[in-house]
Amino acid sequence: MFELTHGFLQEFKALQDRILADRDPSIPVIVIPAGTCGQASGANDLIRLSKRELLARKLTDKIHLRITGCHGFCQAEPSVLIEPYGTFYPKLASKEMPRIVAAVAEGRVIEDLLWKDPQTRKRVERQRDISFFRSQARTILFRNEKVDPIRIFNYVENGGYSSLVKVLIKGNPHWVVEEVKTSGLRGRGGAGFPTGIKWELLANQPNGRGKFLVCNGDEGDPGAYMDRSVLEGNPHSIIEGLLIGAFATGATEGVVYVRSEYPLAIKHLVIALRQARDIGLLGKDILGTGFSFDIQLVKGAGAFVCGEETALIRSVEGKRGEPRQRPPFPVESGIEGKPTAINNVETWANIPIIIEQGSQEFAKVGTPKNTGTKIFSLVGKVKNTGLVEVPMGITIGQIVYDIGGGPSGRAKIKAVQTGGPSGGCIPSSMFDLSIDYESLAKVGSIMGSGGMIVMDENTCMVDVAKYFMKFLMDESCGKCFTCRKGTQRMWEMLDDISVGKGTVAHLDLLEELALIVKDTSMCGLGQTAANPVLTTLRYFRDEYLTHVTKKFCPATVCRDLFSYRVVAEKCTGCGLCVKVCPSGALSGQRKKPHSLDMSKCLKCRACYEVCNLEAIAGDAIILVPHSGLTKEETA
Amino acid sequence: MITLTINGLPVSVDEGATLLEAARGLGFPIPTLCHMDGLTPYGACRLCVVEIGEGAKAKLVSACTYTAENGLKVRTASSRVLRARRMILELLLASCPQSKTVQDLAAAHEVRRQRFRQEYENCFLCGLCARMCAEQMMAGAIGFRGRGDRRSIGTPFDTPAETCRLCGGCMYVCPACQLRCTYTEPEKAICGGCANLSPPCLEKKQFDDMMCYMSPCVACEINKH
Repeated sequence: MFELTHGFLQEFKALQDRILADRDPSIPVIVIPAGTCGQASGANDLIRLSKRELLARKLTDKIHLRITGCHGFCQAEPSVLIEPYGTFYPKLASKEMPRIVAAVAEGRVIEDLLWKDPQTRKRVERQRDISFFRSQARTILFRNEKVDPIRIFNYVENGGYSSLVKVLIKGNPHWVVEEVKTSGLRGRGGAGFPTGIKWELLANQPNGRGKFLVCNGDEGDPGAYMDRSVLEGNPHSIIEGLLIGAFATGATEGVVYVRSEYPLAIKHLVIALRQARDIGLLGKDILGTGFSFDIQLVKGAGAFVCGEETALIRSVEGKRGEPRQRPPFPVESGIEGKPTAINNVETWANIPIIIEQGSQEFAKVGTPKNTGTKIFSLVGKVKNTGLVEVPMGITIGQIVYDIGGGPSGRAKIKAVQTGGPSGGCIPSSMFDLSIDYESLAKVGSIMGSGGMIVMDENTCMVDVAKYFMKFLMDESCGKCFTCRKGTQRMWEMLDDISVGKGTVAHLDLLEELALIVKDTSMCGLGQTAANPVLTTLRYFRDEYLTHVTKKFCPATVCRDLFSYRVVAEKCTGCGLCVKVCPSGALSGQRKKPHSLDMSKCLKCRACYEVCNLEAIAGDAIILVPHSGLTKEETA
Repeated sequence: MITLTINGLPVSVDEGATLLEAARGLGFPIPTLCHMDGLTPYGACRLCVVEIGEGAKAKLVSACTYTAENGLKVRTASSRVLRARRMILELLLASCPQSKTVQDLAAAHEVRRQRFRQEYENCFLCGLCARMCAEQMMAGAIGFRGRGDRRSIGTPFDTPAETCRLCGGCMYVCPACQLRCTYTEPEKAICGGCANLSPPCLEKKQFDDMMCYMSPCVACEINKH
């Protein structure tokens, strides 16, 4: 139990109070999200221009500028948010920045730059009223808006490190473990192991040789980037989480493992770690309480499998990233043989929130067995893409239609792929499935780290399975024979199916092999590698059968399995197809039936679209199997 | 001592013993490829999978790496295990059909065909050679590099390793016969090419200083007569 009379602790409290007292919430703030996504789409120009404008107009005292990490609406980048009201300007051209600064100075809103709702076609002023943000529960991502990741005072100003101080004042590690246990927080890395229980196991390990805490930031799933944006946008929340965890479990050393493909996250973390060390929040005798803990940053070398915990441990030790047999579990024997607990970035970001809100309050969100919120990266064929944070137990349909805004094109949404390469495809008929660890596992998919790829009818499920299998074939560490050869053989068979060499026997063999790979591999990668194949076979067997029996790809993705034909009787000779064809495969005089030279055709679908959508054309270009004959003609 | 049940029979083993050791102690055969007494267990070939646990929690683990636990119920030849083993052998036959070891194992498990695209690879990356080199010969001259389907065994930067003493230990333990004898037309070879009636290892210059570790070497035996 530490009294507030502790010199440094008291000093830190005083610092917090002073920072809070200095804050003037009435001053407008121009917030520019500049995560990797923001910078890539031009946020740096907005920052430069707004700085210049503020200096030129001598507004630096009247308007503040805050550069933050990603807010989640990546599709609308580069964007600007004006606090305190929350006015939101999406997809800004840099030339508009002076207008915005002027408008903020005068307290105006520039109507024509606001977000236009794609459904109602009305302009929406506030960020929180936009359909993408409205249905979310942004406890973690909300902080990304408030914090400049490279300024620790900014974090402290928003209540940062107060959870740590609360824990230190309470001085009871057992209480912290109990809080995390009652909060019901489960690992956000995919498997959903209860975090509190993991911590309890670590706390019960003998403390003689030291213990490790690891933050797993090796986020490698294609289309998933929530960990990146938390690390980039709020690195101090991870540090605070690790500090609280270390206090609770008696850990002595911390490791943040980040993949080297995230340079901005690494940069922000390095700065944050230095700042925390400078003001005595890391290192020996933290805030004068006698509690010591330090964190080192380890960069991954680019292997997907290093996200698996035993492979990560070997990678941290400087060896080949190869999983090993569990047991012994890392919590008994991890880095250098010392007890180690590994949690995902998002799990760590939840820890300060649990302490701040109290475990009871935290457990109110979500469902009884799946508490709290989860961040998903919603990508693919939906109108609004980006990071969405929702309470657990929400349905897939709500995410795809309410937040995602439904299909981006005319084609209907067919399926959602969750959990990255290890996950599975869930068909649209099951969109009322609640998103929690158990329900997703029941339908053959996994929560995974939170990737969510939406597919519409122009997506071929054989091609999707083939894509993921190629990824896994490259990224399997290669140790287990069944994983290495199994993924290669599955890919070969899928490739055969996609070029028309597949038979029905292929499908049975594919399923047989997939089940064996799942059963006999050592680590999580191999055990889940078959999921893309198994779920697509389970829910989209028809599509596979069309590929192998009719040699036809209905989604027009497998280029060897379809062809186009001009039906001369229907052709109005409008010439639109000739105009859009990039390879000159279509020819013909106006008002006379056109002809198509398949040897030149790239199968880009452009002619088919214009012919079937434009009024003057006569739906004359039709889709046929590769043989060039329609079903009736074959019969 | 740790007490567990294997195929219904109770058995006591020392702490730290693997399921493979326990099962073999009782006389239950478990096929292996990447396991060798005296080298650290690796668990690469997956042939030694056994089923542990019950009901929905039953799962397959590699017997060579899984240490015995008190009260564990192990099945070494359940239908699930046999199905997995046959598929693994089928995959092995599809990749390394010329290995005598693989052929024998396949025959013993009544695997008589393989349904994949035929390949003729010289190695199934069991890692015995690398472990032999590092752990018994204290050289560490060869090791794994690359991952996924580009994983291979080799010396650093593909140059002759300074630590290699040309002891031939790697060849001695290789179950794919890759380094001992490689006939130029693999589809005609039965066992890496030794049966083509001339001793191919002797034709290769780099084997000049080496002894032949094949006992008996098929080619040499045939030449004697």
